[in-house]
Amino acid sequence: MFSLATVATISACVFLFGLFYSVVLNFSNIVRQAQSGVAVTVFFDEGISDEEIQRIGEEIGKRAEVSKLVFVSAEEAWESFKRENLGDYVDSFGDDNPLAEDSNYEIYMNDISMQENLVEYLESLEGVRQVHKSAMVATMLTSVNMLIGYVSMGIILILLAVSIFLISNTVAIGITVRREEIGIMKLIGATDFVVRAPFVFEGIILGLIGASLPLIAIYFIYLRVIEYLSERFAILNSLLQFLSIQEIFSTLVPVALILGVGIGFLGSFTTARKHLRV
Amino acid sequence: MIILEDVKKTYSTGAPALNNISLHIEKGEFVFIVGDSGSGKSTLIKLLLRELTPTSGRIIVNHTDVVKLRHRKIPRYRRGLGVVFQDFRLLKDRNVYENVAFAQRVIAVPPRLIRKNVPSVLSLVGLAEKYKSKPRELSGGEQQRVALARAIINDPPILLADEPTGNLDPKNSWEIMKLLDQINHGGTTVLVVTHNREIVNAMRKRVITMKKGVIVSDQKKGGYIDED
Repeated sequence: MFSLATVATISACVFLFGLFYSVVLNFSNIVRQAQSGVAVTVFFDEGISDEEIQRIGEEIGKRAEVSKLVFVSAEEAWESFKRENLGDYVDSFGDDNPLAEDSNYEIYMNDISMQENLVEYLESLEGVRQVHKSAMVATMLTSVNMLIGYVSMGIILILLAVSIFLISNTVAIGITVRREEIGIMKLIGATDFVVRAPFVFEGIILGLIGASLPLIAIYFIYLRVIEYLSERFAILNSLLQFLSIQEIFSTLVPVALILGVGIGFLGSFTTARKHLRV
Repeated sequence: MIILEDVKKTYSTGAPALNNISLHIEKGEFVFIVGDSGSGKSTLIKLLLRELTPTSGRIIVNHTDVVKLRHRKIPRYRRGLGVVFQDFRLLKDRNVYENVAFAQRVIAVPPRLIRKNVPSVLSLVGLAEKYKSKPRELSGGEQQRVALARAIINDPPILLADEPTGNLDPKNSWEIMKLLDQINHGGTTVLVVTHNREIVNAMRKRVITMKKGVIVSDQKKGGYIDED
């Protein structure tokens, strides 16, 4: 009965942990994808030579913050603008290119939180006329990512504490129920290790079972949820790319098992140590 | 074998349980400790088992200074003591064989030896046929014999019995006493705390009488001394 309660408690905690972990990992992935699309654009001084542009590009490419550097020529910039904004009015411009001086570098970053440093550096470069940045998007995404990190850390810590408290209580009840047996063991000359070992072993096994059951549940639930979301919100498929179950489980399985065993060991060992000093 | 020197035990309530008692028990002796409730008999047993430590004084058992014994050394010390209680203290969910084997398992005796020793000791106490029975299927006398088998299976040099006949009828009480005497003849030092006047008077063993935490009488081949 107590064992069932313990397994259920650990299962609930590991299940919540797994659920939260899956959500956080997917959200982080989505945020990372969104971040990878945020670029800083660098425009050059009028009349700058191609060699100068190439030199600036090489210098920017050496920066640690930069993951990708794309050169957009004046012609490409104009073609893109026409395609996106002018529609039927395109003919009125004839062969003129109003963006003749607007060739640029689109710079994609490893980590969007480094944008401020990078922009400061780019503005100091000779030959650079203007730097466009996506300050709001960058700040928002960085903040959301950090918020998720902190919230998840907090919730996981609370769950851990609750789990250890609950298993500790369960083991304490188990010890109370078996107090007579423990007393006899002690009087016969059993060492502390021999007396505690069954409780600690039981705690570890319960932790292992308690961690395994929710992993199985999460496996099937995750597959179903991802399938449902992909079908239901097919229009967002390009934006919302979910991680595969293998990507989630490659970390979740060892972490959850270690968590279950850890909770079982810690809860049972400390309680057994505390209550078995006969 | 057992030496107590000026042993005093005062509980946290302030009530003295033992008041400067001194005692020598030689190897192979059979000793009755008698006295009213509250005379300090059970406290004495608990001190010998190292369930309690004295407020002052020395206790030497099997050449071990029990008072100075470190916590981690207590298990090994207790293996030198067999113990029997009035309420038997058997594991109710295990059969006779398991109850006796339990005493060997907790000190990591190899299974091969356990399989050899348990039937042998059960034969000694006359319960070889009932090795599969659960404690609830046994009479009080039989349960106490199981407890006795468990106490002696590890062959301790000292056997402590705290009111071993307290829950038994006269016939079973005598059977237990005969077994204790038999064990004593095998060389084991036996210390029996009892209220059983008839048995104490009949067996003519050493009798230590306690009253209000002090030893009031110590007779070599004594009898039960009335309190009044």
